[in-house]
Amino acid sequence: MIKPLQEMGKAVVFLGQAISRMRLTSLQFGETLRQIYYAGARSLVIIVTCGFFVGLVLTLQTYDTLTRFGAADAASTVLALSLFRELGPVLTAILFAGRAGTSITAEIGLMRATEQLDALDLMAIDPMERIVQPRLIAGLIAVPALVIIFNMMALLGGVFFAVFVMGNDPMSFWGNMQNSVELGRDFLHGLGKSIGFGFLAAWLAVYFGWSAKATSEGVALATTQTVIATAISVLVLDFVLSAFML
Amino acid sequence: MPDTHSQTAQPTIQFSDVSLTLGGRKILEKLDLAIPQGQVTAIMGPSGAGKTTLLRLITGQLKPDTGRVLVNGTAVNELSPKALNSYRKQLGVLLQNGALFTDLTCFDNVALPLREHTNLPESLIKNIVLLKLHTVGLRGAAHLYPRELSGGMNRRVAMARAMAMDPQLMLYDEPFAGLDPISMGISLRLIRQVNEALGMTSIVVTHDVHEVRQLAHQACIIANGHVIAFAPPETLQEDPEPLVQQFMQGLPDGPVAFHYPGPSLEADFLDGDQH
Ligand SMILES: Nc1ncnc2c1ncn2[C@@H]1O[C@H](COP(=O)(O)OP(=O)(O)OP(=O)(O)O)[C@@H](O)[C@H]1O
Ligand SMILES: [Mg+2]
Repeated sequence: MIKPLQEMGKAVVFLGQAISRMRLTSLQFGETLRQIYYAGARSLVIIVTCGFFVGLVLTLQTYDTLTRFGAADAASTVLALSLFRELGPVLTAILFAGRAGTSITAEIGLMRATEQLDALDLMAIDPMERIVQPRLIAGLIAVPALVIIFNMMALLGGVFFAVFVMGNDPMSFWGNMQNSVELGRDFLHGLGKSIGFGFLAAWLAVYFGWSAKATSEGVALATTQTVIATAISVLVLDFVLSAFML
Repeated sequence: MPDTHSQTAQPTIQFSDVSLTLGGRKILEKLDLAIPQGQVTAIMGPSGAGKTTLLRLITGQLKPDTGRVLVNGTAVNELSPKALNSYRKQLGVLLQNGALFTDLTCFDNVALPLREHTNLPESLIKNIVLLKLHTVGLRGAAHLYPRELSGGMNRRVAMARAMAMDPQLMLYDEPFAGLDPISMGISLRLIRQVNEALGMTSIVVTHDVHEVRQLAHQACIIANGHVIAFAPPETLQEDPEPLVQQFMQGLPDGPVAFHYPGPSLEADFLDGDQH
């Protein structure tokens, strides 16, 4: 019980240091763009495929359930609401941790192990500023963008199932959805969450890499910790945010 | 190597009464050392004696438990983070394993400190970087990544990077490890030449007793937490001190322990299942 609490405390102190040492220069800007590209591009394939199949299976299940209540028309609404508000942000954040988060952790952990962070320090270049800051900001921006892509792919999967498998009318599928989904209450709600999740995922990935022991086991352990800690804390934060925002 | 100004040289780096304990073991004990300005000083000593530790005290990565480390009159261990940063801009450090940035090419590795700390136009930076790489014989490898080079070549690129900003003080941690005789000779002369040309002060950690003669104005041997000898390398050979003789002749037994401290051999082997 004590250890996770200690770890949390250290992660908060680390974040405080990172934020207090942030600086905006043109060099930083370029590096941040590069990291957004890496974190985003690294995760694109997994987000696109998972999004499509989540949309497929979700529509299949909701049609089956709602038909029993004679409410099959509402399937598209259920799909959109559960995607925008919960599944999109949560699943994307966890997939992001597995794909981009682990590589950020391993990268920084190996930089520690091979003294690259020391070398930066000795050149009077702040590794917090050069290594940590761009990756934190990249997560903050990449995850919401990935969530939007995930949702789009899932809707596509839903339409595919409804129209081509169930033989429904695409117009009524879209129409029902448009009538009951609200921009602010549903779509922006989910987007707000995903910004929080993106920050959390990037923060934990960078933190575990930074504090990794300078050995191969240390780096291996750190990448595992990144996935576990992100999954748990995203789900906890999801509940807290939902409770406040609804 | 004869040197004419060793008597007049001012100490740049002064360790006074420095003690340091790491992991429960005393590494340095009440160590006093004055390293003169404008010269090449070799630091020698058995593996694990604390040579790298000594350099880490000079760079401010470690702080002594007691005592002071003065560089040009200011105590490094008392600098604020900001002052430490500006101090480090005057410092070139070659780490023991090179520590090149693996996601940058050799060119970008050497260019990094220049791009970060100067406002020079890119065309000028290009010239400086190629010049530095040329001096270590790797101008042709500028576009390669560190993983495409051998260990010794990596170290030479790291040397070029450490010299990129023309620092006043250069620290080299075992610059010759893993170098063939030719690159070793080149690196050796390079260290000496750069030191002379730029009027910098150089500290070189090395194990090569013989190379030190061509390299350094004076050599310092540390063992058992103390400086056991500090003299021009040619006189070290004649030093009557048994510690120094053991080191210069490479004898396993003597005042310097070859073995890491632990229980006696008999004790370890007789109850081997303790571990
Ligand atoms: N972070 C640390 N924690 C505990 N002990 C350490 C630490 N760093 C170094 N030491 C110990 O300090 C001693 C000196 O280490 P140092 O790296 O300075 O040796 P060295 O003289 O550079 O040796 P080598 O020639 O092998 O590089 C070693 O015995 C090592 O076990
Ligand atoms: Mg060493």
